[in-house]
Order: sequence, then C-alpha cells, then structure tokens
Amino acid sequence: MNLEFSPEEIAFREEVRAFIEENYPEELKGFGSREDLTRDQFLAWHKVLGKKGWSAPAWPEKYGGTGWTSTQRYIWSEENARVDAMMPLPFGVSMVGPVIYTFGDDEQKARYLPKILSGEEWWCQGYSEPGAGSDLASLKTTAVRDGDHYVINGQKTWTTLAQHADWGFFLCRTDPDAKKPQEGISFILVDMTTPGIEVRPIITIDGGHEVNEVWLTNVRVPVENRVGEENQGWTYAKFLLAHERSGIAGVARSKRGIERLRNIASTEVLDGEPLINDDSFARKISQLEIDLTALEFTELRTLARESEGKGPGPESSILKVKGTEIQQRLTELTLEAVGTYGAPDYRGFPEDGSNEFPIGPDYAHHSAPTYFNFRKTSIYGGSNEIQRNIITKMILGL
Amino acid sequence: MDFNFTEEQTMIRDSLARLIREQYDFETRMGVVNSESGWRPEMWAQFAELGLFMAPFSEDDGGLGGGPIDAMVVMEEFGKGLVVEPFVPSVVCGGGFLKHAGSAAQKEEHLQAIMGGASTFAFAYAEPRGRYNLADLETTAKKDGAGYVLNGHKAVVIGAPWADKLIVTARTGGDRRDAGGISVFIVDKDADGVTTRDYPTVDGRRASEVYLENVSVGADALIGGEGEGLPLIEQVVDEAIAATCAEAVGAMGVAHQMTVEYSRQRKQFGTPIGKFQVLQHRMVDMFMEHEQSISMTYMATLKLGEDEVERKKAASAAKVRIGQSGRFVGQESIQIHGGMGMTEELAVGHYFKRLTMIDSEFGNVDHHMRRYTQLSATDLKAAAE
Repeated sequence: MNLEFSPEEIAFREEVRAFIEENYPEELKGFGSREDLTRDQFLAWHKVLGKKGWSAPAWPEKYGGTGWTSTQRYIWSEENARVDAMMPLPFGVSMVGPVIYTFGDDEQKARYLPKILSGEEWWCQGYSEPGAGSDLASLKTTAVRDGDHYVINGQKTWTTLAQHADWGFFLCRTDPDAKKPQEGISFILVDMTTPGIEVRPIITIDGGHEVNEVWLTNVRVPVENRVGEENQGWTYAKFLLAHERSGIAGVARSKRGIERLRNIASTEVLDGEPLINDDSFARKISQLEIDLTALEFTELRTLARESEGKGPGPESSILKVKGTEIQQRLTELTLEAVGTYGAPDYRGFPEDGSNEFPIGPDYAHHSAPTYFNFRKTSIYGGSNEIQRNIITKMILGL
Repeated sequence: MDFNFTEEQTMIRDSLARLIREQYDFETRMGVVNSESGWRPEMWAQFAELGLFMAPFSEDDGGLGGGPIDAMVVMEEFGKGLVVEPFVPSVVCGGGFLKHAGSAAQKEEHLQAIMGGASTFAFAYAEPRGRYNLADLETTAKKDGAGYVLNGHKAVVIGAPWADKLIVTARTGGDRRDAGGISVFIVDKDADGVTTRDYPTVDGRRASEVYLENVSVGADALIGGEGEGLPLIEQVVDEAIAATCAEAVGAMGVAHQMTVEYSRQRKQFGTPIGKFQVLQHRMVDMFMEHEQSISMTYMATLKLGEDEVERKKAASAAKVRIGQSGRFVGQESIQIHGGMGMTEELAVGHYFKRLTMIDSEFGNVDHHMRRYTQLSATDLKAAAE
C-alpha cells in the first residue's frame, strides 16, 4: 500500500496539465459546470477531447477508451477540476455508451460509439415517467411491434437537456403481460427528430431550464434500434445506473469547490475580520473537507478494485450518497458564506451585452440558484433512499 | 498508488485472525477482563511469537521490514476481537519513540525487548489538567549531574499495570504549554519514587495514575534531544492515532455485523425487524460510516511519512471522522439490539464501550477538529505568502 505516484504518473500529470492549459476553450473559462450554457458551449471541451481520443477514459480501449489506469483517471479528473472544466455530459459517454459496447450488436457499436466519443451526437435519457420515479419499473410508456418498427407511446419526464438532444435511450414496455414489472421492458434508441416527439421545458426552482417532459405519440422506431434482447431492458438499465453512480462522486470538483469556498470566506468580512477566522464557520468547512477526504479514499479504493477487473458493484451506491451529500453541503455553505448578496436574482437583470452582473461580488451571483439546483442530486440517479435500498439488499442481504 | 496488502501483511492478518478466533472468544475475554491481572501474559507471548511486534520495524532495527501498514493490520484484528493487550502503548508508542529517536544503545536494550515481548511499555503523556494538549505539562525533569530528576502526576496511563517501562513526557525547560522545553524519558516502573494506582477502565482494559516523586534517571533515559521532544511526541501520537483508528474500524465492522445479524433473528410484529425500512436504512448508514472509516484509516496511515502539516491534518481528519463514525455505529448498534443491547452478557455492548472510549484517546473529535482547522489556516496563510 502506498500513495506515491510513479515517475510515469508524474509525467502523465504534466502531460495532461499542459494539454488542458493549451486547449481548454478560452470562452468557457470561469464558467464551471453551469446549467445555462449553450449547446456549443456544452460540447466545446468534449469535441477537443474527442479529437484527442480522451473523451471517454473509462471505456475499453477497443471502443475508443484511453486504457488509462485508475490512478491516471484520478489524475485526469483532478487536472480538469483545476480549471473547473465543463466535462463531457454523462448521457452519452457514461450511460448509453457502456450499454451499447456491452450489450449492443456490431452495427450499433459502429453507428453510435464514434459519435458519442466525438461529441457530434447528443444523448438524453428517457427513464423517469410521471408515475415512475423511484419505482422506475412501473413505467408505462409502450413500444408495440409493427412489422420491423416499434410504435412508442407515452410520456417521459425529468429528461435532462433533451432540448439539445439528437438521440435518446428510452425504457419502454414491450410485454404488457409480463409477470413482474421488471420483466417486459426493452431498451430502445430513439432519434429525437422522429415525428411524434415533443419536448416541453420544465423550469426548476433555480429558474433554469435543464429538464424536460418528453411526449411520445406514435413514434415509429426501427426494431434494429433496440439494444440487446427484447424484454431484457431492465438488466441493461440497472447496469447503466451502476455505471452512472461510479462517476457521480465528483470528488475533484468538490475539492475545487472547497477551495473556492475558502477564498470566498477569506474575502467576506465578519466583525472586521475575514469570515474564515470565525471558528464556527471554519469548522464547518473543516468538517466538509474531512468528509470529502473520506469519500475520496473510498472512491480510490473502489477504483482500485475496479482496475482488478471487478466492475462497479453495489458499493458505488456509497459514492452516490456521500458524493451528493457533500455537493449539497458545499453549495449550502457557499450560499451561507456570501451572506446577503445571495439574494439578488441575476436573471432579473437585463442582459446588456457586457456579461457583467451589476450587483454584489461575482462569486455571489450563482450561489443561491446553484444551491437550489443541487437539491436534485440526492433525487436523481436513483434517489439516495433507493441507494440505501440497494445496499440493504445487495450488501446487507436483508 | 496501490491499495493492496503485501503477502506478509495478509499472512499476519490471517494468522492473527485465527489465533483470536481460537483463543480470544468473547467468554474467554470476559473471564480475562474480570481476572485479577486483567490480561494474559501468555497471550502477549503468543502475539510476540507470531512476529506482530517485529512487523512494523525495519530490518536494520531488527524488525521484519514493515511499517505503519503492518500496525494497522494488527490493530484492525485487535479491534475485531476487542483484544485488551497493549499493542499501541508498547509497540506503536514505546517502539515508535525508539525507532524515531532512540540511540543505538537504547534500541539495542529496549527495542529488541519490545519486539521480543520481553519488555512491555506504557506511554505516560496525559496529565490531570492537560486535557489533550501534548505540551500542557506540569511534570518536570530537572538536570541533576549527568541525569535528571522527575516529578509529576501522569493520568490514565493505559496498560501501565502490565508494563515494566514507561515513556514519560516532562518539561526540562520553558513554560507550561510552550512548544519548546519538552523532553521524553524512559523510566523503569519499579524505579525509586514511582508509585502507581492501578484500576480497570470502562472498556475492559487496565490503566494507572502514575506519580513521580524525585525519580532519578540517567542521561541514557533521555530519548531524542533535550527540550526538543514535542515534534517527536506529535509524530508518535499521530502513529498511535492511525493504529487506534484501525482498531475502531475492526470494532465498528463487528458491531455492524452483529446488528445486521440480530435484525435477521429478532422478530416483532410477526416479522424480523431487519425487514423494517427505517432500520435497514440506519444499518446502511452504519455500513457507510464503517466504509468511510476504513478509507480514513488507510489515508492517515499512508500519510504518516509525509511532511508535518500534511501528516497532522491526515491524522486529525481521521480521528474526527472515526470519532463520529464510532459514536454513530456504537449507539445505533445498541439501539437496534433494543433491551438486549443494554445487557452486559451480550458482546455488542462491549464494542460500544470500546468505540466510545476510543474517541477520547489521543484527542477527541473537538480537539482534532480544532487542530485540523488551525492547520488549514496555516496552509492558507502559507499559500497567500
């Protein structure tokens, strides 16, 4: 056991740091992982990485992964967090990509994977429905076979950034008579320009348009767009969720967030002193940082197990629960740190083209909306209560 | 980066686990804890025979070439078995001082004896009014010819009733709480002027109040430089913290397992209580606390060799997290066991008691939160300059 980086790993860190410094898009600097970027902004870094062959480090090399070790991947995410990089969105790279290369046929792999890697095609996730949230298996959207097509009818919701999506992966019921709700579901890839699809925005409490309703009315999709076996979609859906969870800890980003929080607390003033000198506030930051350290080493242990060929298992649920708790606490403390300047609503000020928000310090502008927005993290990807159910069943065996 | 154990470490773990399973079951342990001496010297000798006491020391020092990871492996197993014998006081602390600062002669005399199990050390650092501040010392050591004369009162010295040697921290100069002027001595427990009041602790161990009254020691009793002891003490205490965290990890894991098992057996309202989601989620939280504690123990252990600030922050972070996790896991173990958890006859309560006491060893959550916060402020200032 040791924490040392080998000379190769140190050289690797220098290489990726130099690459990021030279190539990270100028226009994105300082934006972080904001939700209100344009499509081109979201994709800018992804496209650079696609050209370099670095957009999906976790994929097997034969499908376009980098072949990096878990330590290299750790270094990679640390270096990206240093510049607060807008990383490739998870829907293609972390979600549908692994499902396609694991369960898809050769034609599907050839058709979809390259464009996921390059950032040319944008994916969205058609899982949740108005009546199927945590109880995902109760979904009602149907896909009925009609010759060599499926005809899809139903409604999906909470579909993140579907307004930009070229493709969606949808869970649909293909056997309404199956004995258990988990049976009779298929995993189908849908071209979002197909007639019968309507994307309607949902405005969330932070004022942003990030999620959508997706209405599907007699949407005809070729049967060859089904991944894997008919009625076996639940297996692929669960596989995808485990993959999604393993990247969800967000350790490097939270570290950067704590650094930013410390800077804010060093700038804000309480009784003529920097806020960070206030013992009770400083200890809140300490607690957060300590909890993050615990998460970081839990993730490193998980990655080490994975690099021995054990895929992400139910323990990735810990990363999801703890990772999101920390992200939420970070946004909460950041809002607390900015004090009253958390109140002005930046959306209430007219765009004057200068990109300057007129009220209060820069770091305060997004603190409240970000805090509001991050309440989602313990709800999405299988709510944290669902994660606890998974651990109960898979690890405690109760 | 590597999170694998070496073959030797795995071997130590397996053979120690077997020994504890075969000879340290709960009933046997309770018999020993309630016996007059409170420990088993013959068990201690068996631990020595396994090579546990040699494992963490370099081959140059006559050890097996391991380090803190080996101590971590040992202490996790000790934690699982609620072993009372004093590995941390004698091997991690006593051996640690000698390893870092002992002269060749001191190592020859004392470290060999520790590694062979012939000599047992206890670490007399705390004082009645010092709380967790390692520098807050009223014990004095006055120069007397070539040697020193020690006076003072050391509090709750764990394992002292079983020890033949004490490591004593004392002031050779400076004012109370000064960082400078602290020295570290090896004192024979049967030296003239040393008296002890021995007593059991609430978690099944034995400790002493140690009174030093004009205790004369030679120059060869001093470990490290005179007046320069604090950095050494902090290093050794951080190592003791890492080892104690490993013990907590072992104890937490067992308490959690016992609780899950109990929830499977115990029926109320016609169903095993483990079927109730409110209890399931709490047991998941216990599981997560345990996992995070494993991670923190690895982290603190692996960072013991790093620069001072990094090492101290790591040790304090681990001690905070483990103090909090240990409390949570301990309390919830009792709660989910219900009335049975309150009984002396069930093992789970003894795990709870040990976990409770671990928090106050080498500084509790508040102490280490404060230390961590102060060190972070130092970091921030350094970065600004």
